[in-house]
Amino acid sequence: MERIPILKMGDFLLVTIQVDLYDQLAENLESDLINAIKKNNSKGVLIDISAVSIIDSFMGRILGNIAVMSKIMDAQTVVVGMQPAVAITLVELGLSLNGVISALNVEKGMDLLRSKMYNGDKEEQAYDDSSR
Amino acid sequence: MTTAADKEELFIAKEQDVVPLRNLVKEYGVKIGMGILNQTKLITATSELVRNLLKYGGGGRVIIESVTNGRDFGVRVVFIDKGPGIKDINLAMQDGYSTGKSLGLGLPGTKRLVNEFDIQTELGNGTTVTIIKWKNG
Repeated sequence: MERIPILKMGDFLLVTIQVDLYDQLAENLESDLINAIKKNNSKGVLIDISAVSIIDSFMGRILGNIAVMSKIMDAQTVVVGMQPAVAITLVELGLSLNGVISALNVEKGMDLLRSKMYNGDKEEQAYDDSSR
Repeated sequence: MTTAADKEELFIAKEQDVVPLRNLVKEYGVKIGMGILNQTKLITATSELVRNLLKYGGGGRVIIESVTNGRDFGVRVVFIDKGPGIKDINLAMQDGYSTGKSLGLGLPGTKRLVNEFDIQTELGNGTTVTIIKWKNG
């Protein structure tokens, strides 16, 4: 069965979708990613969709699911590189991808994930201080 | 009046068939010089409708044609299934309505993405959906 590779980079998982998605492939990615988060104890997921030329309601929903599921598993998801035409089409279709955090490119996405981890630590720190 | 030039037909029986169909639709769009945004809208609409064709119609035929109305060129895609048909077409065209587990964006969302949208359905005899995206539409 065809699968989209998931790469481990430190605390993060990196997924670059280089093929045309169809429903089963997207569903496999969803379950593979959730399992990979658990297995690697990952804190963040970066999904690069810059090579994806279309996202319809089903694939959009899968992206939303991945963001919500990974959050429950204590990992942040950032979607990067969405093509302008894809963004316009998604909104006209009626899918706003609420809850999906995005960044313009992989570099900015990585920065965003790192800052989220860093801020998360700081919040905990602040909480510890106040409890003392 | 809309007249057709090139024409191709594909049989859709499984999910993977959507990939060559999307590529063919894109080819037709490129051939008439359609811009990337309209191409993306047309291919996304095709992707939605072919899912319905598989899910509710059990597969079927898709016809892709280059068309012109004298002022503009466009791509027409016709989806024909021999499934059970749609009971309440007005309900199916409403945003957020779905008999399946989807978001119910398929039909109404698709209509927003194309310039012309026509749906003919008969209970027990299947459904035919026709869409046209004009190059400058």
